[in-house]
Amino acid sequence: MPQPIPFVEYLVLGDSPHLVANECTACGARFFDRRNACANCFATGFRKVDIATEGEVRAFTIVSLAAPGIPVPFVSATVDCAGTSVRANLINIDPTPEAVHVGMKVRLALQPVGADGSGVEAVNFGFEPQR
Amino acid sequence: MASDDVWILGITMTKFGKHPTKDVIDLAAEATMGALADAGVTMREMGLLAFGSLMGRASGQMLQKQVGQTGIPVYNVSNACATGATALRVCHMAIRAGDADFGLAVGVEKLAGAGLLAGGSRGDDSKNWTPSGRFGAVGPIDGRIGTETMPGVFAQIGLEYGHKYGGTSFELFAKISEKNHAHSTLNPLAAYSKRFTLDQIMNDVMIAYPNTRPMCSANCDGAAAAVLVSDAKLKTLSLEQQRRAVKVSASVLTTDPWEEACQVLPNVNTLTRQAATQAYEKAGIGPEDLDLVELHDCFATAELVHYDNLMLCPEGGAVDFFNSGATWRDGKTPVNVSGGLESKGHPIAATGIANVWEVATHLRGEAGDRQLPDARVGLAHVIGLGNACGVHILERAAA
Repeated sequence: MPQPIPFVEYLVLGDSPHLVANECTACGARFFDRRNACANCFATGFRKVDIATEGEVRAFTIVSLAAPGIPVPFVSATVDCAGTSVRANLINIDPTPEAVHVGMKVRLALQPVGADGSGVEAVNFGFEPQR
Repeated sequence: MASDDVWILGITMTKFGKHPTKDVIDLAAEATMGALADAGVTMREMGLLAFGSLMGRASGQMLQKQVGQTGIPVYNVSNACATGATALRVCHMAIRAGDADFGLAVGVEKLAGAGLLAGGSRGDDSKNWTPSGRFGAVGPIDGRIGTETMPGVFAQIGLEYGHKYGGTSFELFAKISEKNHAHSTLNPLAAYSKRFTLDQIMNDVMIAYPNTRPMCSANCDGAAAAVLVSDAKLKTLSLEQQRRAVKVSASVLTTDPWEEACQVLPNVNTLTRQAATQAYEKAGIGPEDLDLVELHDCFATAELVHYDNLMLCPEGGAVDFFNSGATWRDGKTPVNVSGGLESKGHPIAATGIANVWEVATHLRGEAGDRQLPDARVGLAHVIGLGNACGVHILERAAA
């Protein structure tokens, strides 16, 4: 069996899955994308930092209309992970306004996306309610 | 003595809605010739043309070929939903710089029948997972890592405000939409001018909770155009032109400064607050002086946060402010008496001029059935995601 691969480069799989950010060594601003320079202080030095796997939902929506091929409804959210904001789907949760609320405590969880032509599985992340 | 003020000499918007027999240049030409006629001048006097059309492949040069080629510079501008405001700003800067006496700003779009403008389509997964793009994603991320759709993004922006300050609910956001649709019944140029009950709004098709379909801006066709003039040149024109001229007391454009989370969920607050602060300072006018506000209600959830961002209410007080009735047309600070983007419609690049037209028309006392009594000062605001914010403060001529 080929090793699964992360859906995005800032997701680390393995025994303790987590997200990593590029943190500006000058000002501490954090980014999940490939950087040219820091948007806050313009410095060019970055280090990898692990992001907390537990957080709080700061904003969400339940998307009912999306591009063809995207299963709806799904919950899109901004999760505050100990001061670092993360964009993600909320998973393992009923996509209804009764089940989802701002301020709810969530934790990182993995979700398979599927296998490609050569049988390699991609694994994505989301956040699920803390129980 | 002439000042360095800039004035709107003529301004117009087409009927927003469906124009199946007109192409984008027909609409732009209709708005342009309307604005020139309103101003009492011709293409001959124009010193520059700033033109915006975001979704089409139109240019100012294509417009010139239909309405007048005089060799003037054309600035084709693109700034998302702030494109029209950017065109105005370009004319304002050129006149302030002494480059031109007259400037023409035009925004046009054909969007009737368009669906989701962002996140409306998604690429297929490739046969072999290969990381690409700035996130090193092996496939398209929309719907897998949050949403890229505008109704969804702005829904989160509204709920985030509720999380921070409390008091929001599905019903509250629906009530904002109820207000704008009620306002639209007096606007003959609105794409939709039907009143909805709160129940109808809440039970309509859900797009992205809490935004149902009538709580979303309406895709439609439309154009708007404005002729701007320097103070010195205005003083040489007729008394009637001077009387109808509307003073641009502030023309401000901002982008969003970096803040934690702003690259995760677009932050429409910081740049709106900065633009408003600069505009109030330049105009020497405070939010309490405003007789009307046209703000960027691309979604009902967006209108709420902009009450706060434009400082129409104390910080954190947008819910109480709305619930007080202040933003209805008979309230303390009428907001979106045009019906707003939710009912008037949102032909992207035209919006940032059309909202200035709405304010200017009230200041001139020419708003017909929906005229606000004795309107002297107004503010027009737009946000383009990415982000760009345009704020214009307008004042009635003193005479």
